Amino acid sequence: MKRIERTNDFVVRFANVNGSGSASANNLFAKVVYRLGVPVSPKNVFPSNIQGLPTWYEVRISDKGYLGRRGGADFIIAVNGQTLRDDYDMVQPGGYFLYDSTRDLPPGFDRDDITVIDIPLTQLCNDEFSDNRMRQLMKNIIYIGAIAYLLDIGLEPVSDSVTKQFAKKPKLAEPNIRALEIGYQYAEKNHSDACGLSIEPSAAVGDRILIDGNSGAALGALFAGATVVGWYPITPSTSVVEAFERFASRYRIDPETGKKNYAAIQAEDELAAIGIGIGAGWNGARAFTATSGPGISLMSEFLGLAYFTEIPVVVINVQRSGPSTGMPTRTQQSDLLACAYASHGDTRNVLLFPSDPLECFEMTADAFDLADRLQTPVIVMSDLDLGMNDHLCAPFSWDDQRRYDRGKVLSGEELDKIEKKWGRYLDIDKDGICYRTLPGAHPEKGAYTTRGTSHNEYAAYTEGSAAYERSMNRLMIKWETARRLVPMPEIDIRDKNKKLGALYFGSTAASAVEALDRLEESGIPISSMRVRAFPFQAEIFDFIAEHELVFVIEQNRDSQMEILLAGECQVAPGKMVRVTNFNGLAITARMITNQVHTALLAKEKPFISQISAVQKETS
Amino acid sequence: MSYVRPTFRHPDSQKNKLGYSRKAYEGAISTLCAGCGHDSIVSSIITAFFEMSIEPHKVVKLSGIGCSSKTPAYFLGRSHGFNSVHGRMPSVATGANMANKDLVYLGVSGDGDTASIGMGQFAHVVRRNLNMIYVVMNNGCYGLTKGQDSATADKGSKSRKGAPVSFESIDLCELAILMGADFVGRGFSGDKKQLLPMLKAAISHKGMAFVDVISPCVTFNNAPTSTKSYSWVRDHMEATSTFDFIPMQQEILTEYDHGSSIPVPLHDGSIITLHKREDKEVITNKKDAIASLEEAKVKDHILTGILYLKPDSEDFHDINQTTDTPLSQLTEKELCPGNEVLQAFNESLR
Repeated sequence: MKRIERTNDFVVRFANVNGSGSASANNLFAKVVYRLGVPVSPKNVFPSNIQGLPTWYEVRISDKGYLGRRGGADFIIAVNGQTLRDDYDMVQPGGYFLYDSTRDLPPGFDRDDITVIDIPLTQLCNDEFSDNRMRQLMKNIIYIGAIAYLLDIGLEPVSDSVTKQFAKKPKLAEPNIRALEIGYQYAEKNHSDACGLSIEPSAAVGDRILIDGNSGAALGALFAGATVVGWYPITPSTSVVEAFERFASRYRIDPETGKKNYAAIQAEDELAAIGIGIGAGWNGARAFTATSGPGISLMSEFLGLAYFTEIPVVVINVQRSGPSTGMPTRTQQSDLLACAYASHGDTRNVLLFPSDPLECFEMTADAFDLADRLQTPVIVMSDLDLGMNDHLCAPFSWDDQRRYDRGKVLSGEELDKIEKKWGRYLDIDKDGICYRTLPGAHPEKGAYTTRGTSHNEYAAYTEGSAAYERSMNRLMIKWETARRLVPMPEIDIRDKNKKLGALYFGSTAASAVEALDRLEESGIPISSMRVRAFPFQAEIFDFIAEHELVFVIEQNRDSQMEILLAGECQVAPGKMVRVTNFNGLAITARMITNQVHTALLAKEKPFISQISAVQKETS
Repeated sequence: MSYVRPTFRHPDSQKNKLGYSRKAYEGAISTLCAGCGHDSIVSSIITAFFEMSIEPHKVVKLSGIGCSSKTPAYFLGRSHGFNSVHGRMPSVATGANMANKDLVYLGVSGDGDTASIGMGQFAHVVRRNLNMIYVVMNNGCYGLTKGQDSATADKGSKSRKGAPVSFESIDLCELAILMGADFVGRGFSGDKKQLLPMLKAAISHKGMAFVDVISPCVTFNNAPTSTKSYSWVRDHMEATSTFDFIPMQQEILTEYDHGSSIPVPLHDGSIITLHKREDKEVITNKKDAIASLEEAKVKDHILTGILYLKPDSEDFHDINQTTDTPLSQLTEKELCPGNEVLQAFNESLR
């Protein structure tokens, strides 16, 4: 057997039972790797359940900085009897399988191409700890201690992290450190040269931070001055608001009175959640809500109201697998069409596509400026993988000179200076954006009724066709203004002959970049464009037009981005090739390269059915 | 309905403390049917704000969808209004109120808007004790879609179409009391003498002030067989403890006879004087308030007046401990923690 021997470049996968405290132990491991300066990307694959079902935690370690899912696992720590067989089978040839040998492996576990590492975790734990809850938690820490030895990390970096984690409660650190030692010593004594994988300190991480996208979005809202949040609990968006409240309870307390400079309202449902956001935005506060697919469906009527009455509001959509309840704890990018045109009638909404936690922070902050400037809803399109998993990204920073762009809001004094009759929906500047007023601004001027019914330039109800058409056409002028204000795509020219292009967005970026590197190494250079917003700019139309073939890489069944591009950019049929994954787990570089190869092969040999181009690797 | 309202006002017409005449509180001409109960309620709202000398631009009008929700266009033309979507006025009102706690929020809704499509939002805005006046113009039918029964139509009641209502009706006042409203009243659009002081008291109350006003639909639900018709309501009205409302030392008396009086001070310093009827319990007791409503129903009576009142109410901002300055007026200085905090945050992750 040829063992996998690699340093700082492999995948470790933990198989656990959820509710057993494994996530924090596994996160400790990821954190230790990060602190050793080695780029790391942990992904928590968890069930829609509180206790007792299978959960996995996959940690990719890559000195080169490839942080998407790779696919496959080189080292599996199997602590869940329910999935033992699958986990065993999943180990890459030459890889390693660590299991709790308090119980023997069942018959039939007879692979000869992997190294099996037996450690009696339960036995070791029960010998040391008597309390039941402690036994459950410390079993996880024992295997962390064991892999600290097996991967040549050493005990110290791990115990340092534990000490840091429990800095305020040193008493809690003690049993953890004891458990680490037990695992470490057992592995050292019984498996001294069992593992060819190792982690060495590196400088590759640099000044980057390890954080989840939802915390980034919450900080973005906090720094951008959001004061009102209406929300309804829904995985995977809940932690956006929880983080916002955590930060706000620290940084948004009036120093003199101790009172809150914000209001977070857990609403009765998603309809009310966005209704609160719209009411607050209309009345001059910066407001947002965070939700996921089912919430978007419920918010659609209100999004149309905000679009048509022109009210700023920010929505953070942390997408998950649909349709309907779908797979609530699995990732997808499948709300594109639902959000782009959310609501009945001719409604269109501004979308932003962050690809890492830093962009979650920056784009959420920018979303408030855009919403105020454009007087319309802005939806930040995150997803479960980006939002709930930790990702490595550049550190956050804020320009203290930055001033909020509150858009065209007339004060009482400004209303007094206007000579002509003011109209809420008069397009004075010819950019489609009109001047609004806030309640209470002026005793006699600037009052109007906001209505979802059709209205003329002075906000009066009208069923006149001409006035209605004028207002609908003006909203399209505003849409053109939005096109110039939203973030530009990021273009990387690898193929100077402009033959092949690839287009992707959001959390797909990490795997896409790796796949494109691999393809280039194998002699297939593909230029790429990362779309960062909707409406699409001319650069996006041009990129597609200039390339013979454009792969559109995304994480949904129907290639929603391709549909959106085809409709908005008038793309010739056959020009775009769909590269997709919708199995609920983040797309891998292997999936992308496989589908690209298959598609190119089908182009050269047309007798191979097009169908094969969309066949998926599902691991 | 009239299409033109004369713009001329007598120069000596009465002015309020702010120097405004009643005209400053009027809105556009109503497009509702002639004789619609809603127009009388609109008139009472105008008078209430005028007589209480509240600056019109400090009032925010919000509504959902339906005949009732059209009415904010007909009063307080100098106030901002928000005609939102069906049944969702309460959430928009919540957001607006969060943004600026210094304004007066008046929500207007109907029985379809509140008791059916908006039931969830109604229950929860009451539960949050949002500082607002919530008026339901209750006619027991869907007027704007031509007279279908609503959820407040009484079982057995017959509208113009003739078929008796098959289901139990929802009593919004009872529900409001159960959900935690601290000011609950029921009026009748045909009884301005009672409605006007009730609206004034509602405006003075801090927290959720819910006022259900029975307002016959002259077109679809005014048949003598309907329990929401002018004639039926007049014959079956029973006033609970009557009351006077005394804002700024100016006493406004109701028409009712009364015995012993109980003064109830409100948050803004005004006083409601309750005139307790011998046979009635005090309306400051939640249990008795519900019992009175149920007893009246058994007798086929419609209990009107202030049905329940708890004057020392804590509104949402008290509970949330919201800062004194309206949130909409805070600036970067108060809101943005700045780069130094962010750098320390980065460091905490390392």
